[in-house]
Amino acid sequence: MALAQTARDTYLIFRRHLRQTLRSKVAVVFGALQPLLYLLLFGPLLTTMAGTRGFGGGNAWQVFVPGVLIQLSLFGAAFVGFGLIADLRSGVVERLRVTPVSRVALLLGRVLRDTLVLSAQAVTLLVVGVAMGLRAPAAGLVIGLVIVVALAVSVASLSYVLALMTRSEDAFAPLLTTVTLPLMLLSGMLLPMSMAPAWLNVISRLTPFRYVVDAVRSVFLGDYASAAVAEGAAVTVALLVVSVALGTRRFRRENA
Amino acid sequence: MIEASGLARTFTTKHGTVEAVRGVDLTVGAGEIVGFLGPNGAGKTTTLRMLTTLLAPTAGTATVAGHDLRADPAGVRRRIGYVAQGGGTDPGVPVGEELELQASLYGVAGAGERIAKLCARLDLEGLADRPAGSLSGGQRRRLDIALGLVHRPPLVFLDEPTTGLDPQSRGNLWEHIRRMRGEDGTTVFLTTHYLDEADALCDRILIIDHGEIVAEGSPDGLKRRVSGDVVTLELADAGTAGKARAALSEHPAVREAVVTGQTVRLTVHNGDRELMGLIRALDAAGAELASLHLARPTLDDVFLTVTGRSLRDAA
Repeated sequence: MALAQTARDTYLIFRRHLRQTLRSKVAVVFGALQPLLYLLLFGPLLTTMAGTRGFGGGNAWQVFVPGVLIQLSLFGAAFVGFGLIADLRSGVVERLRVTPVSRVALLLGRVLRDTLVLSAQAVTLLVVGVAMGLRAPAAGLVIGLVIVVALAVSVASLSYVLALMTRSEDAFAPLLTTVTLPLMLLSGMLLPMSMAPAWLNVISRLTPFRYVVDAVRSVFLGDYASAAVAEGAAVTVALLVVSVALGTRRFRRENA
Repeated sequence: MIEASGLARTFTTKHGTVEAVRGVDLTVGAGEIVGFLGPNGAGKTTTLRMLTTLLAPTAGTATVAGHDLRADPAGVRRRIGYVAQGGGTDPGVPVGEELELQASLYGVAGAGERIAKLCARLDLEGLADRPAGSLSGGQRRRLDIALGLVHRPPLVFLDEPTTGLDPQSRGNLWEHIRRMRGEDGTTVFLTTHYLDEADALCDRILIIDHGEIVAEGSPDGLKRRVSGDVVTLELADAGTAGKARAALSEHPAVREAVVTGQTVRLTVHNGDRELMGLIRALDAAGAELASLHLARPTLDDVFLTVTGRSLRDAA
């Protein structure tokens, strides 16, 4: 009974936020703009690096597009918290919390919408990537997408938790940029970490996104059973469990 | 409808602990309009947020709309409506969509019809497609109220319902609030720092100051408790102040006489009847009057008597 209620409430909250997103389609385009620009304007610079030591097998696009997808996942999902801060400010969250709505639905409905938007953006990037020269097995593309979307769910949940903690754009924004930039650089998104000196490689291995990027690169090459895939999948699942648990707990806590 | 005992809330901030609400007991019967009157920072909104399950009390118990606040907050939520001070609408979302979502969350049967009727009653017709941000202040507030009423709750909480509205919208909203109780038998619990609002709307008023209830009663009952009517005299000649005061203090109806320069402030029992007698007494004492003013006690006088501060200054 409670599960049915949660599912129904999640759908209602999802529908509300989806409608809001559809009303501001420009924002959806802008969300994908940064990775798209990297793809279009930076990607071509890498085509000559394909043969360089440490660059990894495959052509430049098989190495670069996974990085761009993770970039989309990280940046696209990290900033969703702003929407929640706006809703906290306008009193919408409080108004909804006085209703019998499931507390978890307030989180999941939002995350579901973010997942949908991000999936659409990711597919768009993949299409552009293929147009630019990406060649990868279909199964690899699908698995890669699943990993990217799962990562986005984690990042979005954490973004909402952070938004609930800071409650203000002025506190949230700098915290976000301070955290996301080093994570992006250390994940090997732009260039693979195998090209890095030993010390940088070590630091990179301490960050979660490194494993996810390597996993997607591996499946894009058609290598589904590699250690990279296993590590990446494990990290993704762990992040997912932790972030959704934290998010659920936080949304339930803001409550008598 | 509401039975609260010893309700308290303490906040711990980095600057120390703040006792926002210290042991509030209150009872609200079905169909009453009860007002919580007090200056800003008195603990009105905090108490309201506790009663609406938004904030956990640090002490005390309460039964709201038949459900225990701590044990069954979900039960409480199904039976109450809440209209926050700043409202709770997103400026980009159209009116109709907000009302539909609200109705769906409560599982209201026949939502479309209910919403249409509610909009008609609250003068929100024809605004279904308008984004909430494009509405006037009064319309937006009525939308907030509609959102709080869509599920026909037996108990509605209104936090400062007319703050920030122009006088016409305020009067208009008062009518709507009266109709809530009159037509649907809804119990209304509102907070306000406006004396005229408490006076005009409420069956009973609870005066709260520094987190505690300091007085309780109907508006008239509370005013009767204050010493009496206030008569303010301005003497033509400050020199006669001593004589005036002496003559007036002896008058049986005068409870208190305070002289400040040329002004004499009297607290008189049944001021309107005693006025002639007072003027004659002054005449006999040889004190000439420049002006005379009679005022019935206001809730501000009640507040002043009970707390020693004026509500107007404290706000």
